[in-house]
Amino acid sequence: MEKILEVNDLHISFDTYGGEVKAVRGVTFDLKKGETLAIVGESGSGKSVTTRALARLIPSPPGRIKQGEILFDGKDLAKLKEKEMQQIRGKDISTIFQDPMTSLNPTMKIGNQIMEGLIKHQKMSRAQAKSRAIELLELVGLPNPTERINQYPHQFSGGQRQRVVIAIALACNPKILIADEPTTALDVTIQAQILELMKDIQKKTESSIIFITHDLGVVANVADRVAVMYAGKIVEIGTVDEIFYNPKHPYTWGLLGSMPTLDSTEDSLIAIPGSPPDMLKPPKGDAFAPRNEYALEIDKEMEPPMFKVSDTHYAATWLLHEYAPDIEPPEAVKRRMKGFAQTGAGESKEGERP
Amino acid sequence: MARYILQRLGYMLLTLFLIATFSFFLMKMLPGSPMKAEEKLSEAQLEILYEKYNLDDPVPVQYINYLGNLVQGDLGVSFQLNNQPVTDLLASRIPVSAHLGFQAMILGTILGMLLGLVAAVRNNSWIDYTSNVISVIGISIPSFIFAGLLQYFVGVKLGLLPIAFWEGFKHTIMPTIALAIFPLAIAARFLRTEMIEVLGSDYIVTARAKGVTKGGIMFKHGLRNALIPLVTVMGPMAVSLMTGTLVIEQIFSIPGIGEQFVTSVTTNDFPVIMGTTLFFAFFFILIILVIDILYGIIDPRIRLAGGKD
Repeated sequence: MEKILEVNDLHISFDTYGGEVKAVRGVTFDLKKGETLAIVGESGSGKSVTTRALARLIPSPPGRIKQGEILFDGKDLAKLKEKEMQQIRGKDISTIFQDPMTSLNPTMKIGNQIMEGLIKHQKMSRAQAKSRAIELLELVGLPNPTERINQYPHQFSGGQRQRVVIAIALACNPKILIADEPTTALDVTIQAQILELMKDIQKKTESSIIFITHDLGVVANVADRVAVMYAGKIVEIGTVDEIFYNPKHPYTWGLLGSMPTLDSTEDSLIAIPGSPPDMLKPPKGDAFAPRNEYALEIDKEMEPPMFKVSDTHYAATWLLHEYAPDIEPPEAVKRRMKGFAQTGAGESKEGERP
Repeated sequence: MARYILQRLGYMLLTLFLIATFSFFLMKMLPGSPMKAEEKLSEAQLEILYEKYNLDDPVPVQYINYLGNLVQGDLGVSFQLNNQPVTDLLASRIPVSAHLGFQAMILGTILGMLLGLVAAVRNNSWIDYTSNVISVIGISIPSFIFAGLLQYFVGVKLGLLPIAFWEGFKHTIMPTIALAIFPLAIAARFLRTEMIEVLGSDYIVTARAKGVTKGGIMFKHGLRNALIPLVTVMGPMAVSLMTGTLVIEQIFSIPGIGEQFVTSVTTNDFPVIMGTTLFFAFFFILIILVIDILYGIIDPRIRLAGGKD
């Protein structure tokens, strides 16, 4: 499959009064045409920073891309000038943000907010842009688009606003759509609608989606591949099935174990003890080691490299080293894994995957 | 919208009536009379004067008479200035003050907004610090000091501009600058603070994610959202500048209303005090109405119920 985006060894730091916060410490992944890559991880793991960096939306100062490359369309986005980047943002790479209540300009008609990108990137006249905006609102399922286009954000509900935000992001048929927790701020029934909508649109437009979330239920629903981030690094990456049925990294076990499911009433949730490391002083060795009951001695000394599990599945844990003891995931997680197999997490995507 | 404005105008009349009533009775409670101020008049002379101006009537009668005249647009005559009608007095004095105040307000607001915008965009740079210093100076140093400095350096030393009187545009330049510094400082501070907050909000990131240019971010997305607090402070300030500024008018010998108002207070010149008070009140209420309408134009969320988008 054709690669549309390649991120190599990306480092992002924020210069603060307290020192340099190393938010992203060497992230490497690629994105293929038409696929959905989910990035999961707890708050502060660097997932939002990573994806914002793809569109160069990190405020600088204090943020900066320290090292690494973001290859898109033959260009290294990490090195583009702001002016050149403005040509790519909204046109090739669009972003859907988390909170629809605050991500629309309250003093601008939503029509104008949608049309803005069209006029800029596609050189449309106002009239053309307007009819395209109406089409887009229809596409995202807002009733009465011709009327609603002249309304302001406060006249829309949260779910409707998120549809508008999606319409803005889709306006110029972007090749890559970055969805930064697009459903987190919505209530559950609306969440499902928005997810369906995004899947639907992806089928029509064939864009690639990077989906950031900490909700593994959402991941199972939408993603083709999953990258698990911890402390500014990808610790495990693989297809949805590989991550759900055959996770290798203890942190992924922890995530799966802490995920509530309807059919696992007898299990209590397994919390991952401790809290993420201070990124001002990232620990030596494996950043997850202090919270990891399966940590080996070497974890305290040396960071694990990415071990290959299969062609598509990699994990950064010493447990995969040939000398490492054979450690099984905890019972509860195993039961979960079995549960996923029965309920068929990721199965909805099975047929579509080439 | 038209209904709303009519309604507001109705309230405005009511407010003016109340203000007229209060200030009338308050003034009657003051000791002293307009005729006692300077000249030494005999009892008989005073009585003649009282009778002439109907000051010997019982207060309620005077009040009714005053209101009756007021409704007909007659504010009475000044006791001090050779029986000049108060309306004439206001008509000759107010345009001068309003002209000066308006010029200062426009100059101060525009420069202040530019300064605030640049300071917000170059947050924590030398430009921001400079703007900060200018604002602190503008807010803390009274305008008459600037007026004096301008007169001395620009007027006397350099001889570029006339230092006094009101005889043409040249004469307005220095008082305008002296008066503009305060609104400039306020506008710069308010806009900077608000702009920094707005530029950090989510919808600005959305706009950037659309590929909007820096200029578009600032003017199309940022400025409008940052204007509300500015409008709130600048409105009343416009009133106080345009209704005469005693000190500046004195320093530059400008025949404005501010100077006249103070004189009338010290001489118990009731009709002039009343007329000026009512005019100030009217102007203030009018500006508040304008501000309320502006709010709705700037921010659709506070657009008036029943009004059309």
